[in-house]
Amino acid sequence: MSLEEPGPRDVGLTKAGEVNYDELESLLGDAVLDRETHLNAEAFVIRPDAVQDTLSALKEEAGFDFLNCVTAQEYQDRYETIYHMTKYDDRTQEVGVVVPTSKDDPVSESAEPVFRTADWHEREAYDLVGIEYADHPDMRRILLPETWQGHPLSMDYDQTKPQIVTLRENKNPLEEDQRLNDDSDTMMLNIGPHHPATHGVLHVEATLDGEQVADVEPDIGYIHRCEEQMCQQGTYRHQIMPYPDRWDWGGAGLLNEWAYARTAEELADIDVPEYAQVIRTMSGELSRILSHMLAVAAYALDVVGDFTATFMYGMQDRETVQNILEDLTGQRLMFNYFRLGGVAWDLPEPREEFFEKIRAFIDDLPEKLEEYHNLLTSNEILQVRTVDTGRLEPEVAKNYGATGPVARGSGIDYDVRRDDPYGYYDKLDWDVVTEEGCDNYARLLVRLQEVEESAKIINQCVDLLEDWPEEDRTIQANVPRTIKPEPDTEVYKSVEAAKGELGIYIRSDGTDSPARFKIRGGSFSNLQTLPEMAEGEYIADLIASLGSLDTIMGEVDR
Amino acid sequence: MSSQDKLTDTVGADTGQSTQEARMGEGADNRFNSPLRKALGSSPFILTKFDKFMNWVRGSSMFMLQFGIACCSIEMMHTYSVKHDLDRFGAGVPRASPRQADVIIVPGTIVSKFAPRMKRVYDQMPEPKFVVGMGSCTISGGPFQEGYNVIKGAEEVIPVDIHVPGCPPRPEALIYGIAKLQERVANGESAPVTVKPYELEEFGDLERDELVEKLAEQIDHDDLVMRYNWVDSP
Repeated sequence: MSLEEPGPRDVGLTKAGEVNYDELESLLGDAVLDRETHLNAEAFVIRPDAVQDTLSALKEEAGFDFLNCVTAQEYQDRYETIYHMTKYDDRTQEVGVVVPTSKDDPVSESAEPVFRTADWHEREAYDLVGIEYADHPDMRRILLPETWQGHPLSMDYDQTKPQIVTLRENKNPLEEDQRLNDDSDTMMLNIGPHHPATHGVLHVEATLDGEQVADVEPDIGYIHRCEEQMCQQGTYRHQIMPYPDRWDWGGAGLLNEWAYARTAEELADIDVPEYAQVIRTMSGELSRILSHMLAVAAYALDVVGDFTATFMYGMQDRETVQNILEDLTGQRLMFNYFRLGGVAWDLPEPREEFFEKIRAFIDDLPEKLEEYHNLLTSNEILQVRTVDTGRLEPEVAKNYGATGPVARGSGIDYDVRRDDPYGYYDKLDWDVVTEEGCDNYARLLVRLQEVEESAKIINQCVDLLEDWPEEDRTIQANVPRTIKPEPDTEVYKSVEAAKGELGIYIRSDGTDSPARFKIRGGSFSNLQTLPEMAEGEYIADLIASLGSLDTIMGEVDR
Repeated sequence: MSSQDKLTDTVGADTGQSTQEARMGEGADNRFNSPLRKALGSSPFILTKFDKFMNWVRGSSMFMLQFGIACCSIEMMHTYSVKHDLDRFGAGVPRASPRQADVIIVPGTIVSKFAPRMKRVYDQMPEPKFVVGMGSCTISGGPFQEGYNVIKGAEEVIPVDIHVPGCPPRPEALIYGIAKLQERVANGESAPVTVKPYELEEFGDLERDELVEKLAEQIDHDDLVMRYNWVDSP
């Protein structure tokens, strides 16, 4: 493909196409202090002043062009930053880069010059854990208010101490209508945190030059409700599973649960019965449809102001899917249906009726999608506003770690379901949808087409489940009542959630709850691309671009 | 009683029609017979206290603030749209601006950074205003109660008239809560506006303790701040 850059990017591969960690170690030379084994990949412990060299060597020469996640944590004797790296071309090839820093002087080199996505990740690490990054362009808090005292995920944090939060950033939007200085002609405009177009509580500080956006900065943290702390306090077996539902509340709950299930099953070495995998795959895809329908409905509201037709169509279809999922899980939105080693219970009886309900929905879907295309994608107003606006070039998207429909709308052929298979996906017949448009329109098209693909997957799963022999319907593996993984086991695993790749890092400490639980929300990285898409464009296109990213703030702020 | 019956029946007495039929005229469908018409009979006067009338009007036409915070806002959207259609109950017009809204539904977890903004939005709404707390997070912080950044319920910041429990509550539950609120409004009841644990105040007015001294360089004297005393939280 034309997107590929020439150059030696295959260092560190065996003949069979697997990662050759010894060769990578010699590539990195004397920066490497030690080597660790994580359950998902090998990791190199490197000097804190060699981060940029190491990461750029891995990127340029070994082809690790995707900085998936950055995890920061505190040990008794040191701080540690882990850069989880992988490849857009092959998700199964992973490597970790561990950067330890001392307690007295927790400063390590920033990875921001190599990967733009590290910008926000490192700010979050500074905010929550307290590690500082030299060379970082903008080292300040990201989730918590600027006046916050202490770093809440560090070991000596006292949660009972009082805090003071100011209300001055956006005191009154009209008061902020001021010229920044005398010789410039720009105006500062606050959008949010309470604004209908921000899809939740996002605050966008936009600087306008006439009607053009000169500078835009998303200000997040208005729904930072300590998800990582909650998960670190819960026990593996039951107490963590309800939380993933609440990261991405657009309906993608089951896919989020799968992220935790996959990671914890890898950690505790649990095999999931095939029957449960099929149920997971089916219900997960229903969840994806739920989420994409919300995205499309809300986008119609944002761009065409269409509250009465397309929005209501989307909501109506969501009701149908929610009914099906309620039959299955007992809840409309926060399903809490997956369990480690399987699912909570079998399909509802009578099974035929349940299958009938799903089939009826799937059979009606092509006609409904046709309606969406008539109302939305072939709507001239929508096309004028979305075609060729909010452009995100593939190389830029990769630099920011964009995933999901945002990446696939920029022509990046990347989908964890196919590239690092889990569940039952590799045994089913479906395609990864990509669009080459790189604009708002392409991202909308990807979502609508992914609904079709999900329907294909669901249909095949129903076929399988209908014929599944009754004696073979094991819904859960044998899982010990209390799960206590070996101390200091580390694992990073991810799934393809509705908004993008949802990854979870867990470090165990020998007890029945995690010592560190880090969430990589797809929306977090996707939202970071907003300035690239919006700067230089009209302010109206900023709203269209924001809507096309389909960020859910719960996944951004966690 | 009997004299009243007589009175109401006088209009249609000659023709053998009931009062209602006489007033409806010919050709009108029975479904236009509103409860109001039934209650009033033939009397052309409505006698009630103006306050009471206003409360009834208020309860029958509520403008909601379009205010999404977290998971509950998705169920709130479903309550507004097809199938559940909150508009049927005279309370379904989401307004984008707080200055045009009567009711604010608080649909989600409130965290330290957002509470001052929510208070500001609430302050911008014209009186009389009402608050529906949707979901467990607005009652106690819900599943996130132990979080370092989470306000333990909306009641810490603004007065709440109706609490709807659930995580998230079903649309039916929210409709029930709103119907209850309408009932209360029609009866002229509302939650007393009291001083809440977390109020917006000027930084200079805070008691000068260790934390305030430390932040004195960062925050101006007349900046509005909210001070969270987590120890006193429920």
